[in-house]
Amino acid sequence: MTMEEHIIDIEHLTKKFGDNVIISDLSLSVSQGEVVVLIGPSGCGKSTLLRCINGLEPVQGGSVKLHGEPVEHGKSSLYNIRQKIGMVFQSYDLFPHMTVMKNVTLAPLKVQGRNKDEVTGQAMELLGRVGLADKADAYPSELSGGQKQRVAIVRSLIMNPDIMLLDEITAALDPEMVHEVLNVVLDLAKGGTTMMIVTHEMAFAEAVADRVIFLDGGVIVEEDAPEVFFHSPKTERAQRFLKTFTYSK
Amino acid sequence: MDWSFIQKFAPMYVEAGLLTVTIGVFGIVLSVAIGLVCALVKYYRIPVARQIVAAYIELSRNTPLIVQLFFLYFGLPKAGILLSSEACGVIGLAFLGGSYMAESFLGGLKSVNKIQLESAESLGLRRWQVMRYIVIPQAARVSIPALAANVIFLLKETSVFSAVSLADLMYVAKDLIGMYYKTNEALTMLVAAYLVLILPISIVFTVLERRLRRAGN
Amino acid sequence: MQGIEVLFMGNNMLRLWGGLWVTLRLSLISIGLSLFIGLFVGAFMLVKNPIVKAICRVYIEIVRIMPQLVWLFIIFFGITKLTGIDLDGETAAVIMLTIWGASEVGDLVRAAFSSIPSHQFESGLSLGLSRVQLYVYIIFPQAVRGLVPDVINLSTRMIKTTALVSLIGVTEVLKVGKQIIDANRFEYPNAALWVYAAIFLMYFIICFPLSLLSRKLTKKRGE
Repeated sequence: MTMEEHIIDIEHLTKKFGDNVIISDLSLSVSQGEVVVLIGPSGCGKSTLLRCINGLEPVQGGSVKLHGEPVEHGKSSLYNIRQKIGMVFQSYDLFPHMTVMKNVTLAPLKVQGRNKDEVTGQAMELLGRVGLADKADAYPSELSGGQKQRVAIVRSLIMNPDIMLLDEITAALDPEMVHEVLNVVLDLAKGGTTMMIVTHEMAFAEAVADRVIFLDGGVIVEEDAPEVFFHSPKTERAQRFLKTFTYSK
Repeated sequence: MDWSFIQKFAPMYVEAGLLTVTIGVFGIVLSVAIGLVCALVKYYRIPVARQIVAAYIELSRNTPLIVQLFFLYFGLPKAGILLSSEACGVIGLAFLGGSYMAESFLGGLKSVNKIQLESAESLGLRRWQVMRYIVIPQAARVSIPALAANVIFLLKETSVFSAVSLADLMYVAKDLIGMYYKTNEALTMLVAAYLVLILPISIVFTVLERRLRRAGN
Repeated sequence: MQGIEVLFMGNNMLRLWGGLWVTLRLSLISIGLSLFIGLFVGAFMLVKNPIVKAICRVYIEIVRIMPQLVWLFIIFFGITKLTGIDLDGETAAVIMLTIWGASEVGDLVRAAFSSIPSHQFESGLSLGLSRVQLYVYIIFPQAVRGLVPDVINLSTRMIKTTALVSLIGVTEVLKVGKQIIDANRFEYPNAALWVYAAIFLMYFIICFPLSLLSRKLTKKRGE
């Protein structure tokens, strides 16, 4: 694998909150078209890692690079880099005072300065792809949780990002809505979108991932192809973690 | 009730009422400006300015307007700063109102969820764009009822202006009571004048607030 | 800084604090009376009878629409005129502050009780508590916890409002200040600056800790 293919390069990243080390000397690269799933117990640093990649957190050591350009919290260069990184959060992130269409078109119009007709056209096309073409004029409060998250995905996609970061996007959803959102993500994966995904849905993780990274205590404990990780994990910590998802009498 | 007396002196109340409104409007507009600046300083945690704003807000909120006015009107001239009654009224009201407005604005700004800011930022919006398109529209819904309540509060507070020799409604009423002993008439006109002043605003704000609350859901 | 000595001459400082005590005493009495009456107002507002509710609502709104100083004038001048009873300024002040304070307390009490979610009543009853036990153990403690910071906050407003009594001739801190200024007119022509600055700070010294306390309790309530 050559450097040119890498979209994200993380080198020796360290993130602390006070004395609390959340991510410790972590290195990781993501290639074009790759889907990397991050899993691990809560507090293992997986969400923080995504936030660092998007420059939402100041870091205490190491670096994150997108196409070789450093992503640095608080720097003005960040605005341009972020346009190339799409991020979807757990919930509450649609803008409640704007219609679905306004939510989706705000950034391409105001940030990228694109043509309104072109943006509206792409928005309709993307909304259609996630089955929400008829909701363009609805407000977020009129949508179900699953619909909101699908709009949030479209809102990031329309920026034509180089990579999508999905941070537990189904964690706040009712069980029956999880599927409709994850199907959209599976479609994106098939279409070749580069993604980093934090999730607790193990079956989904196995289906979508090209590579699974198991984090614990802020370090990468295990890194595998999904069929290896879920069926014959090498480390004892990963085995113990996976056991918490099964029940036996 | 002596109606001829009322007829004769009603114009004095109209004039005094207009003075109250004029000074009230200037004071309130200034306090909105002060409040907005202070709220932004606190919201963005601008060093030093933030501490100054915090001290101002505490001083303003924990002292009575009448004492603030006495200091401005009787105290400051001794330090060489001579202010007219009208200027004292405007400055005093702005000093008092600024802190109330600041808290109302800040309450609105803080009510906007952090994830809203982060998702706007992660779409590449610049700081001022996040403010303009995401924060302010949402904050306004929360702030406006509180700001409206402040306006009514400040209008009522103007009643102490007579203490610094402003010929406002209270001043006229007190004058008439003192000069003619027409207490009933003087007080009735006083109450009527304040009702005319405050009631319409109060009703408009109540309707506005209800509408906002409905739109918020 | 010339003139600041006037504050420390003789017993001037003590006289000013004495003047502030007049205000504080009136505030304290009025808060006490307001709490007592306000609890009833609040209770009346929680009853199902729409007429009782409406009367309380009208009372609160009427008090609220007028500046407190107007009420003070109505009571001080108006009642004397109507009844022939010669009210002194302090009594008029306590009456005004209590009428105002009771309406505010009433509204706070209503808000405190109606903010308790209905599932608190339901889960209390489903545990087999009697009505009395429900209120003693579940409802009152929560309502009081919600009420205390608001009542403290009202107290600072009451203290600030009491400053108005100087306008109906009560000898409180502003009047004492004026006496000191007048007595030193020739020796210390700048006395007014320092005396009013001192009074400003004295009010702050009294009100600020109360505000802090109220804020701290409000934060605690939020957890």
